[in-house]
Amino acid sequence: MSTGVKHFIAFAALAIILIALPKVFVSGSAHTMMSLMGIMIIFALSYNILLGQTGLLSFGHAVYYGLAGFCVAHAMNYIAREKIGVPLPFIPLIGAFAGLFFGALFGLISTRRAGTVFSMISLGIGELVASSALILRSFFGGEEGIPTNRTKFPPFFGYKFGPQIEVYYLIAFWCFVCIALMYALTRTPFGRMCNAVRDNPERAEFVGYSTQRVRFIAFVFSAIFAGVAGALATINFELMNSQSLGAGQSGLVLLMTYVGGVGHFIGPIIGGVIITFLQISLSDITKAWMLYFGLMFILVVMFSPGGVAGWLALHQPLLKGGRIFRLIPAYALALVPMAMLAAGLIMTIELAHRMLVDAQSDGSVMKLAGWTVDAAKAQPWMLAIGLLVCGALGLKLAWPKVREAFAAQSAEVAQ
Amino acid sequence: MLQLVTFSTLNGVLYGMLLFMMASGLTLIFSMMGVLNFAHASFYMIGAYFGFEISRRIGFWPAFFIAPVLVGLVGALVERFGLRRVHKFGHVAELLFTFGLAFVIEELVQMIWGKLPVDYRVPPSLDFVAFRLFDTTYPAYRMFMLAVAVAMFVFLLLVLKRTRVGLIIQAALTHPGMVAMLGHDVPTVFMSVFGVGAALAGLAGVIAGPALVTQPAMAALLGPILFVVVVVGGLGSLAGAFVASLLIGLIQTFAVAINLSMGDVFGPAVANAFGDLGRVTVAQIAPIIPYLLLVLVLIFKPTGLFGNRES
Amino acid sequence: MKKVFAGAVACLLLCGTALAADPIKIGFVDPLSGGGATTGEGGLKNLQFAVDIINNAGGLLGRKVEIIPLDNKVNPQESLVQAQKAIDQGARYITQGQGSAVALALTDFISKYNERNPGKEVLYFNYAAVDPALTNAKCSFWHFRWDASADIKMAALTNFMKTRPNIKKIYLINQDYSFGQAVRTLARDMLKTKRPDIEIVGDEVHPLQKVTDFSPYIAKIKASGADSVITGDWGQDMALLMKAGAEAGLQVDWYTYYAGGGGGPTAIKQAGLEHRVFDIVEGNANSAVESAQKSEAEFRAKYGIGLWYPRGMNEIAMFAEAVKKAGTADDVKKVASALEGMKITVFDGGEGYMRKDDHQFIQDMYLRSFGPLDKGAKFDEENTGWGWKEIARINSADTIVPTTCKMERPN
Repeated sequence: MSTGVKHFIAFAALAIILIALPKVFVSGSAHTMMSLMGIMIIFALSYNILLGQTGLLSFGHAVYYGLAGFCVAHAMNYIAREKIGVPLPFIPLIGAFAGLFFGALFGLISTRRAGTVFSMISLGIGELVASSALILRSFFGGEEGIPTNRTKFPPFFGYKFGPQIEVYYLIAFWCFVCIALMYALTRTPFGRMCNAVRDNPERAEFVGYSTQRVRFIAFVFSAIFAGVAGALATINFELMNSQSLGAGQSGLVLLMTYVGGVGHFIGPIIGGVIITFLQISLSDITKAWMLYFGLMFILVVMFSPGGVAGWLALHQPLLKGGRIFRLIPAYALALVPMAMLAAGLIMTIELAHRMLVDAQSDGSVMKLAGWTVDAAKAQPWMLAIGLLVCGALGLKLAWPKVREAFAAQSAEVAQ
Repeated sequence: MLQLVTFSTLNGVLYGMLLFMMASGLTLIFSMMGVLNFAHASFYMIGAYFGFEISRRIGFWPAFFIAPVLVGLVGALVERFGLRRVHKFGHVAELLFTFGLAFVIEELVQMIWGKLPVDYRVPPSLDFVAFRLFDTTYPAYRMFMLAVAVAMFVFLLLVLKRTRVGLIIQAALTHPGMVAMLGHDVPTVFMSVFGVGAALAGLAGVIAGPALVTQPAMAALLGPILFVVVVVGGLGSLAGAFVASLLIGLIQTFAVAINLSMGDVFGPAVANAFGDLGRVTVAQIAPIIPYLLLVLVLIFKPTGLFGNRES
Repeated sequence: MKKVFAGAVACLLLCGTALAADPIKIGFVDPLSGGGATTGEGGLKNLQFAVDIINNAGGLLGRKVEIIPLDNKVNPQESLVQAQKAIDQGARYITQGQGSAVALALTDFISKYNERNPGKEVLYFNYAAVDPALTNAKCSFWHFRWDASADIKMAALTNFMKTRPNIKKIYLINQDYSFGQAVRTLARDMLKTKRPDIEIVGDEVHPLQKVTDFSPYIAKIKASGADSVITGDWGQDMALLMKAGAEAGLQVDWYTYYAGGGGGPTAIKQAGLEHRVFDIVEGNANSAVESAQKSEAEFRAKYGIGLWYPRGMNEIAMFAEAVKKAGTADDVKKVASALEGMKITVFDGGEGYMRKDDHQFIQDMYLRSFGPLDKGAKFDEENTGWGWKEIARINSADTIVPTTCKMERPN
């Protein structure tokens, strides 16, 4: 199969998935969540233009998402008030222009250097913009932000975009367009040049490229797409507020991109979906969800620095060679101690959380995965620590087997 | 006016010295290992909580000595079992590791000691008025903090300038690769430096805890400012960190005392042209001035005020 | 991986809707993790306690009342997602309190939701967000507030200050965001008319939760010669401010909104500010009627914290009353109409009513100071041994502030 056909199939599949998803998950909150995932996919992909492709670690990417969001909120209110006949689906273009403007403005300052200097300038700009948001009230609307109304636009083929499902399709459309454009960007000579600047700036200079200019252009592109994401967020929530451009949002996009995997185009897409889902749902299950977030991040950094996508990519040659099934026994073997380890860890955290935080007000008896246990008794603790220790030991024993199997199969595929 | 200047200076110097206690460790770690340690302020917080826990059991003075050592140990363990593993994946991974670590430490502290501030008090032996100036009292504890910070600075200077260890560290600051080639056990040096850096931050926490409020947000409150200090001073420069700490301490305290806005300086016409920006007073933006400084310094001198390397 | 994930989503969403059978559900959207969790948890337990009383007495119209706790992480946008989740699970009532930014986002969201989903309307009960805008410029038929708004509190506070001739010089220090700005403007305006002789010697705003060392601010207060400070500060800002003040030997009276909030009592005790810190609230356990004291004791025994939100008790009691009067819990328009103008005996004693014009609850307010417990006073705070003492009771008539609300009622 030629690459062209492959791409066509992949994008057709993406389109079908995006269209079909709301038919599978029908509830209102599912639509809300999927809309949010679409926005975060664009945002994380835009971040990866910097981190994955050009090697620039930014601590203030939410600035472009948020500032564009605010510009769009004002623009939407203006358009609605003046009755200018622009339908809603074109509004994200305003976000793209806002991203372009602020990306160019701050990019001039921050992309003159790479590495630590770039990171620190992005941190400084991020803090400055986030703090100004609370001071410059007329533009940012204080901490309550700028509300807007997405239904005050001329209907677009009869759609008013009141119901969440219509907004989902609007976001899905833009998500598809942005994914395609950003993918195309990685295939252009410019995209390749970004990689060169990331891997070996000196050589890139020798070839005749200005690394500074390449960084600047990559930065602006990244800000444009972040701007589209910010615009979609404004449309989705009908509200933009200062938290969206703060350090929390910047940290979140870093987390998504890294957990998904910075080395592959699909990584941020996976990360955006997983992290958004966890962020919204995990807090229903456990109060210690932030601790799990932190631990998950540390574990990914320590054991799978390529993220989920990196891990999946390891298996691609085996999948192609038709030998992936040979790995099942080894994986099954490792899965048992791994599950024990995870269960032990979760149980320890939940028990500790109960005893330290909730025991005083709610008592020490708690529900753990359907079972009622008393966190003040020794038995559940012994079980938890037992699982933890056995899991760790078992994994230590099983892991070489997995490695062996993996190496053996890879070697066979290579032949 | 004189009163305000005097106290602003005193408070500024004190705050600056407190920043330096943390920034010195951060700079050491950064220069030698190339790791921008996002969790450094978290060690400061752990120091305050350890100090609180020990001092309520056996008193402040034992805590003053024990807590920093414990924090140092925690730091060394983090390096040995966390960072060292991540080291091979590069500096970005290391930085992200500390980023996640800061998150986890904050959550753990919240779990163990609760979300509300804990009752960590100034020890009775230091709870008196040191002096009275223009009718304002100055607490002895603040003088004590100042004394500890100065003592630490002198000690650090002596170690670096007069001992063999100091020589190695200085060499590693500027030529880390060379030091390794000379046969020093780099992993152990890294672990010790990380531990000592954490211990210094822990010491800052022990003494700052009673004066400020010991609570789970204290790390997040100070963390970014530390980066400002280290970067503005110049990466890898202890002298730079010292000057930048004092500079930022003084700027922040003095800015608070200035109630001027653009409208006051240029007249209301100019102020109105700038909208909200025209009405904002210097005092209002005092805490964000360091970030402005950071961006400006990096634009005009990417190596920082005293540094000679960029990464 | 994808399948597991899809399964998890499906279960999460389907399990939610499948249960939507019998009980009357109230979605509780407030911080349950992170820095704001202490107050959020306090609010949740408070409302749960009130709901338990109703359920133990047989429920409402034969149905149980159920609270669905949802963590909004004090983020306005996230709050909208969580509110949507509550609605999906069958809740027709949303309650929230922590943060006016969230409250404004929620009123806006619920007004739009009700407009776009006729027949499935949702009511919003606000138990602690005090931005005056919620019952003025941005008032909504679907929103009801049981806490006194910032202007009502300031009216009550200044009506008390009016009677204190020893107040001569006042310093205002507030957080630089809309609530802090509202406090400073309200204080200036109201003092000007009620006590024109008082000199405002300083009017300061500082960044929200960004200041580590307040001693420079204290130096300024000191230099101004103020005898009293009015502040809307809460949380760590307030704790740090008072500690720095005590350290520098600043002798002033502190008039606050939120000195009673989590961590406040500990900080005041640490600073040794015996009866120098005042706050303005809608209930005071140490001087409340016997029934309220009984509930307070019961609540403390059960949860180990104080019953911080007497207004939460009023909210649930009035909700129950309104459902009974309307004869339905599903037609929220009827419930809302029943709530309008409703009079009840307030939890802490005295009469209160839901003002029809703007859906603001009007009630007696109390000015309290914090110090060692008097003889006979039962409740201390945060195990400090110190407690709140009623200094003055401000009659509800003296708390009324006119509203600019032009309520749009559905036909």
